[in-house]
Amino acid sequence: MSAGGPQAPVHLPRFEAEGVAARIAPFIPAGLVPLVALVGWIGMALSELPAGPAAITDANAATALWSAFGSVFPTWLTLSLAGLAMGMMFFIMASGLTLVFGLMDVINFGHGAFISLGAFVGVSVLAALPGWTRTPDLALNLAAVGLAALAATVAAGVLGWGFERVIVRPAYGAHLKQILVTMGGLIVIEELLRVLWGPSEIFLARPQMLKGVLTWGGAALEQYRLVAVGLGLVVFASMSLVLRRTRIGLIVRAGVENCEMVEALGYRLSRVFVAVFMAGSALAGLGGLMWALYQEHVTAQMGAELLVLVFIVVIIGGLGSVEGCFLAALLVGLTQNYVAFLAPKLALISTISLMVAVLMWRPSGMMPASRLR
Amino acid sequence: MVRILSGDRPGSRILAVLFALLLAVLALAPFLFEGSRALDTAARICVFAVLAASYDLILGYAGIVSFAHTMFFGIGAYGVALASLHVGRSFTALGAGTLAGMAVAALLAALIGLFSLRVRAIFFAMITLAVASAFAVLVSQLPALTGGEDGLTYRIPRALTAAETWGRLPQIEISLPRLLASRGAGGAEVLSLGGMRISGKIISYYLVLGGSLVLVLAMLRIVNAPFGRVLQAIRENDLRAEAVGYSVVRYRVAATIISAAFAALAGALYAVWLRYVGPDTTLSFDIMIDILLMVVIGGMGTIWGPVAGAVFLVLAQTYLQDILAGASDLGIPVLDRLFDPDRWLLWLGLAFILCVRFFPSGLVGRLRHGPGGPA
Repeated sequence: MSAGGPQAPVHLPRFEAEGVAARIAPFIPAGLVPLVALVGWIGMALSELPAGPAAITDANAATALWSAFGSVFPTWLTLSLAGLAMGMMFFIMASGLTLVFGLMDVINFGHGAFISLGAFVGVSVLAALPGWTRTPDLALNLAAVGLAALAATVAAGVLGWGFERVIVRPAYGAHLKQILVTMGGLIVIEELLRVLWGPSEIFLARPQMLKGVLTWGGAALEQYRLVAVGLGLVVFASMSLVLRRTRIGLIVRAGVENCEMVEALGYRLSRVFVAVFMAGSALAGLGGLMWALYQEHVTAQMGAELLVLVFIVVIIGGLGSVEGCFLAALLVGLTQNYVAFLAPKLALISTISLMVAVLMWRPSGMMPASRLR
Repeated sequence: MVRILSGDRPGSRILAVLFALLLAVLALAPFLFEGSRALDTAARICVFAVLAASYDLILGYAGIVSFAHTMFFGIGAYGVALASLHVGRSFTALGAGTLAGMAVAALLAALIGLFSLRVRAIFFAMITLAVASAFAVLVSQLPALTGGEDGLTYRIPRALTAAETWGRLPQIEISLPRLLASRGAGGAEVLSLGGMRISGKIISYYLVLGGSLVLVLAMLRIVNAPFGRVLQAIRENDLRAEAVGYSVVRYRVAATIISAAFAALAGALYAVWLRYVGPDTTLSFDIMIDILLMVVIGGMGTIWGPVAGAVFLVLAQTYLQDILAGASDLGIPVLDRLFDPDRWLLWLGLAFILCVRFFPSGLVGRLRHGPGGPA
């Protein structure tokens, strides 16, 4: 062809790098946890500053602030540990709920019943083993707690199986019915707990070796909180491992993503769902026992009360996402502890405000399971 | 008559008779029963009938589950209480408090509704639960404003209290036939009816009864208007309603606001009757559960059902516990506790689950359609 004719436009496709904002967006939720911790520290330091405008001049403001940061550090560390421990417990209670929702679109208001049941069963086991819990022997103490945890998870898991069968299954696909019927289940189980264990609250003492306090850098670190954080991390890690590295985990994740497609491939998701429901209930029972040991008393309505926080965690995290639930639980735990220190009356309001803020930023929660319904 | 009911009859002859009887008993309650307990029960039936019916607006007609209904109820009650305390003992204060409570409740409902119904209706249940519990905590932690856990006691206009006498009923004396009279232990041969003092308390009861009647009729009007039909359409199939051209979010938010306003009005009536507000009587989650039970057992989406449910539940709360107390002396340890009067929620909870599963339209729906009709 001659050079004078019309020429095809130059077309050189190339890979466009994503903008910075788009690239860091997935990591923002993870970054929020340290950010909240930092904000908490700053807030505490500011509250330590001498009051009144006269006390702070430009010259000494920086040094005063600096020394305030140092002086509140031990308190901040104690509170952060408490927040993390609380967060881990929220995560353990909430993780099952969010997975159950993601998998089968079931919203279970009866989840609180498993929390209470786990607490009651576990506490009864501990009460039956006074010899193991009252001696200052770490191995025996942990064995007692382990046994109690086993009993709590088994009891809650079995109850979860029955609950799924009797209450949840007939209401698949109808949200209104689900909410109502699971709420009814919560009421009935709560009353049954009162029938079996009596209407009054039960007080308990933690096993000897979990009572103490470690001091490090001037900060008082309760041993039980350390154990709780450790246990929470173990649960999160093993859950991630199961979900990422095993075949059943693959099916569960695929089911959360698109359940019709997984069923079309020949997997019977309803069975997987029962297993997930039981596992989630068992974890709720474990979380209930941990909460009972943390608060050192148990009531039948504790599950219903915790349900509020569990829902907030699940909403902030994004329905169906385990990672989101984990981060949200830590955020809620930390926020509650810092705010409870700075302004005790606003503790519960602070979590609501956190939820509102997150929902303004991402209307379906931080990391919703990627499926449009 | 049918126009007053907005063309929405109770639905079956038995129900019509029962509701007529209920209205008659409520209307004559101050003269039929002796003692303040019965009158108090009657007033509570009125208030909770309005409250349950207003909850039915969103649960039964719009198909949204809210757990913040007691919050709106409480806002109405606290509105009257705070106005009576700060404005003074007058009818103006009652009116202003009622209006203010209604406005605050509607505003809050609009905020929550716009915020959570925009995303997904399922968020609404969880968010209302969170907001309501936070509100209850806030109220109990601000003693300077709300009286904290102790609540507030205030004075309503003297015309509505027991101290005021409005008059007496004419006394009717009927001389009994000798035969009847002699059977009494030498008793009077004259039966006297009436002659009771009409105290302000009775007037206040009629205020509650009249207010409740007007509110329930107004709600019947709303659900039988085109607005109510659209709500039902959205409940049955929201995608379709959207496709036909109705803004689902707007209708749902509107239903939430209206229902909250009615709940606040019920709260105001309750506050006038009790002359006390506190977190336990107006905001606790137990009341929320009671409302759920009333609406579901009575029959969702019928307005009549929740009214019946309220009557049933309030009566059961007041009198069934005495009956259950008799059943709990069998001498078998666990069974005794099963029938303990404090455990009556267990049985109602079971009834609730069975209703949701098998009779979604509750008692009233059952009576309307008969056993073979649509559930």
